[in-house]
Amino acid sequence: MDWSFVLTQTLTQAIGIQAIIYCLAAIGLNVQFGYTGLLNFGQVAFVAAGSYAVGVIVLTFDLSLWLAILVGIVVATIIALLLGIPTLRLRADYLAIVTIAFSELVRLTVRSIAFKDVLGGAQGLNGKIGQDFHDTNPLPADFQSLPVLSWTRQDLWVVIVGWIVVALFTLLVWLLVRSPWGRIVKGIREDENAVVSLGKNVFAYKMQALILGGVIGAFGGIVWAIAKQSVQPDTFRPEFTFFAYTILLLGGAARVFGPIVGAILFWIVLAGTGEFLGQAIQAGWIDFLQPTDVGNIRFVLMGSGLIALMVFRPQGIFGDRRELALDAK
Amino acid sequence: MPSDSVTSSSLAAKAKEALATVDARPGVSKPDPILIADHVTRRFGGLTAVNVEHVEIQRGAITALIGPNGAGKTTFFNLITGFDDADEGKWTFNGRQVSGMAPYRLARIGMVRTFQLTKALSRMTVIDNMRLGAKHQTGERFFAAIFPFLWNSQEKKIDQKSMGLLERFNLHEKVADFAGSLSGGQRKLLEMARALMAEPELIMLDEPMAGVNPALKQSLLGHIKSMREEGTTVLFVEHDMDMVHDISDWVIVMAQGSVIAEGPPDAVMKDQAVIDAYLGAHHDAQLTESGQALTEDGS
Repeated sequence: MDWSFVLTQTLTQAIGIQAIIYCLAAIGLNVQFGYTGLLNFGQVAFVAAGSYAVGVIVLTFDLSLWLAILVGIVVATIIALLLGIPTLRLRADYLAIVTIAFSELVRLTVRSIAFKDVLGGAQGLNGKIGQDFHDTNPLPADFQSLPVLSWTRQDLWVVIVGWIVVALFTLLVWLLVRSPWGRIVKGIREDENAVVSLGKNVFAYKMQALILGGVIGAFGGIVWAIAKQSVQPDTFRPEFTFFAYTILLLGGAARVFGPIVGAILFWIVLAGTGEFLGQAIQAGWIDFLQPTDVGNIRFVLMGSGLIALMVFRPQGIFGDRRELALDAK
Repeated sequence: MPSDSVTSSSLAAKAKEALATVDARPGVSKPDPILIADHVTRRFGGLTAVNVEHVEIQRGAITALIGPNGAGKTTFFNLITGFDDADEGKWTFNGRQVSGMAPYRLARIGMVRTFQLTKALSRMTVIDNMRLGAKHQTGERFFAAIFPFLWNSQEKKIDQKSMGLLERFNLHEKVADFAGSLSGGQRKLLEMARALMAEPELIMLDEPMAGVNPALKQSLLGHIKSMREEGTTVLFVEHDMDMVHDISDWVIVMAQGSVIAEGPPDAVMKDQAVIDAYLGAHHDAQLTESGQALTEDGS
């Protein structure tokens, strides 16, 4: 049994590209759900919007990646407006229903044959999407690998910039939630009529939170497209959104660092159990499982872990139990 | 009741004086109305919950809106403040047509309400609840919020004002506590203080005394009177007749959705229509063997 392999693989994934993508999606959800109380069950639609905007602008229209990132932000904003205008005046549940339906609608539309010329159909978009970004890589050309973390030169550059993006959005969220703006959205989360009665335009604030969360999610998609140099429609399934929620709840909703800690923890558990079980089966320690079972077993373990967390620490790693103890309504 | 000592001050006397010459009949016009409502109707299916022909609220006075359960007082409140949509009707605030206006805009132009079920934001601290009430905050704008130096000085002023009000409402020792840890009565006080942060011209209190112990009731009465002293018009819904009698300058009585009586507290309490509405038209009639009186009362 190769323990060092298990550890290095786990660590590499825990702070790797996937962790960054999920972390960004979870930061977006933290703004929407954690602070404002908006139940967005279609975060993956925003991630897909970011990925596809970048893929289409760079590959189909052959324009610059930097312009493509701007387009990604604009598309995410438009989606937020489309989803928000009819639903944000209604009760919270309506947004949940509409967003989950919309996210599947997006996936089925982008993979349909009708738009194959532009969006690539079921094969998605493949090519040098992130070339403009990878050209800026300052790492030495003969870079092999870091001592423990097994990233390629290209991946390492994505990881470095990715965590900087995460840090910037975390800083933005931190600044916002400690401002009067943050006070209003937290008030909305608890009782929007109370906030309305004090003369605040609750609809506008909910819309701002939905847009901000969506744009941050879209950056997850942008990182994804740049890192993988491809956009695959079937990666944008609803479970992506629920993994992002898992991350948010692990770290603690409405905590600035919740999504970061949650994302790292999520991938430690997921990658760690996967690598460990794989190695253990190979070494003959476990004989009742096949290597093909590992992928599913780790989600079983993750689910059990989440249940245990909800029972013993419902506020998440960083949450404040006192807040939960108060009756909200 | 220690009413006379307080009500003898100038603004209160003015309010009384202005209303002294007004007839005590439903829909009567007042010398200086802040709110005028016409034909306000709200139907829930076949039930007409509110059907107010005409009502005016005198500026600077404390007006009580009373009536038996199900009279439509709270629904009328919700309609006027924009929290519910009227089927028909127009109303003006300060001479400005405001029917159909969004509730947050009504609050901004000076019509601020509280709720029957207190809406203190329990997961926020007392001081944050207060700060939320302040109007025209730079830091409430998305892009300005990111730069604390743009709103820090304003925030300090808001804090000072909040502390002043909290001291007045005897909540200054609870500043850093979560509002959820306050007692029911303290939450009522907090909601009232928070509404005052929004500098209302007309404050509308929906059952301010519900579930409040007698000691706190007295201090709440004092606070409501002091609002009038500062020139704020007060309209409140209440069941407690003693309280209504003690502090209101004018009483409007609703029953089955309409205004059935209006007048100074003393006159209204003696009004036969009011007594009938509260106790039933046959409350002093002999019970006959047919039981007719009983069934008519029941509706």
